[in-house]
Amino acid sequence: MSNVQIMTGNQAAALGAKLCNVEVVAAYPITPQSQLSEILSQYVESGELKAEYVRVEGEHSALTVCISASTVGARVFTATSANGLLYMHEQLHWAAGSRLPIVMCCVNRGVGAPWTIFNDQQDSLAQRDTGWMQIYCRNNQEILDTVIQAYRIAEAVYCPVMVCYDGFVLSHTMMPVDIPDAADVKAFLPPYKPHTILSPDDPRNLNPVLFPGQRRDSEGVLRDGYMEMRYKLQAALDKAPETIRSANTAFAEAFGRNHGGMLWEYHANDADLIIVGMGSLASEATAAADILRAEGIKAGVVGIRVYRPFPKEDVRDVFRNAKAVVIFEKSISYGYEGGLCSDLKAAFYGTNIKAPIHGYIAGLGGRDVKARELVAAAKDSLASFDRGMVEPKTTWLSTFTG
Amino acid sequence: MHEVIWHGRGGQGVVVAAHVLAEAAYLEGFKGVTSAPTFGPERRGAPLTASTRIADNPIRTFSQIELADITVVLDDSLFGVVDILGKVKKGGMVIINTAKPAETFNIPAGFNLATVDAANVSLKQHLIKEGAPVVNTPMLGAFAKAAGMVSLENLEKALRSKLSREAIFKNFAAVKAAYEVTITREKRNS
Repeated sequence: MSNVQIMTGNQAAALGAKLCNVEVVAAYPITPQSQLSEILSQYVESGELKAEYVRVEGEHSALTVCISASTVGARVFTATSANGLLYMHEQLHWAAGSRLPIVMCCVNRGVGAPWTIFNDQQDSLAQRDTGWMQIYCRNNQEILDTVIQAYRIAEAVYCPVMVCYDGFVLSHTMMPVDIPDAADVKAFLPPYKPHTILSPDDPRNLNPVLFPGQRRDSEGVLRDGYMEMRYKLQAALDKAPETIRSANTAFAEAFGRNHGGMLWEYHANDADLIIVGMGSLASEATAAADILRAEGIKAGVVGIRVYRPFPKEDVRDVFRNAKAVVIFEKSISYGYEGGLCSDLKAAFYGTNIKAPIHGYIAGLGGRDVKARELVAAAKDSLASFDRGMVEPKTTWLSTFTG
Repeated sequence: MHEVIWHGRGGQGVVVAAHVLAEAAYLEGFKGVTSAPTFGPERRGAPLTASTRIADNPIRTFSQIELADITVVLDDSLFGVVDILGKVKKGGMVIINTAKPAETFNIPAGFNLATVDAANVSLKQHLIKEGAPVVNTPMLGAFAKAAGMVSLENLEKALRSKLSREAIFKNFAAVKAAYEVTITREKRNS
């Protein structure tokens, strides 16, 4: 029996957290995330959600509360956007290094300066190397479902997960969302079993200063040094794609919705031209692919759902027959190119995938990205590939300045 | 896909109207519906828009609507302030809340046109909010009359999920009354 309601992305995220029975919420409101933290505080106030809502003076403290609560065995949730996420940056590393299965929503917004409240993905992309897994959602159904999957993934891998969705474009746009049954979510999501519980009955000193090499502790047991601990974080993320794919498969079996695991495809199988993106922009690209197909160009779309860990094996498989690749990104690694563009090229290194790749920067600070613009850009790229261009310069979509 | 732009001023309830329409269209059997406000801060009295998309299949496009199939104007003082006709498709439909004769707006014959005095409808129903007649819900009745797609029954169901019991009764009465008094003019190909 489906229970469809028309709701915003923020409402979908709040419902997701509630269905996962989170026990501690600490969030500081910031546009466009604010509605999400407001709804969660209402759930707690009304008793619908049996959780503690910890009011904090800023995002750094919000994540610190989550780190502490997760360390004593609670399932925790937080959410933020843009400069709020940047303010959390130190604790992002701490959460991942402590191997805590925290789930956070990043309601994607451009970062200042210049000041903007509107959408791009520079905020989360700038957190790429913190050790968090990052999953990008293309619509509000996917937001709700991904929050649920995120806890299952985080609590299996013992690493935090950032569920990213586009500010305003999804956070403030209403669309139908099928709300899963609470009992089914409970069956899908086993209770959180902490790897270490800090308790007054068993006092410990967690995360002390480590020496570079291994050392024996006071009981004579050989313990990891800093580098071994950090290696284990990387090793966990290297193995995480298996967990992410199986969580998606199990979710599809339980709820009848398959969001693609590490990535999703739209007519990519027989496509000559593959358009790549993350989040709502990739959804818009499917409309562009329809237009291109109607004009006789065999176009398809690959939506990168999980950006970290990077879906290396998955992209090698799905791009194996691609003749041309066009990437649209809502962020840039200043001084080089879009991060997704670099990562995709690196994944193809040493393979037979030799398709030319053109990276575009699009939609920064809320600049609307329309399917017709993606179509025009893709055609421009194809024309330059036909002229023999193999290493196109990054192009800023619809950007005209002196 | 049917794309609808709602024009109004901050406080007139364009966002709610866009949402109720999406809700009613979903109940009507359209699998794809979205509604969105103008992104960003809003100011009371300032011109603003909201949008509704209605389609048979789930919607994959979330960019702003460039040219609407149907545009609904909650405040006729916006003509001359914002380019309303510039954002409607050729041959599209314009629905205006006005006490003036339809000819006043010089809408070219190539557009379908509908007019209704929504403020007067609400005054008669004593549907007043913060000292002004409510205009967003009667315009949903005008929409149902002029554009079809949603039934009065489903508009009532959609209002139920948004309003208090007393408010539902008055607002739905206004929806029905506006439906009755909306005057339509079919487009002519010249």
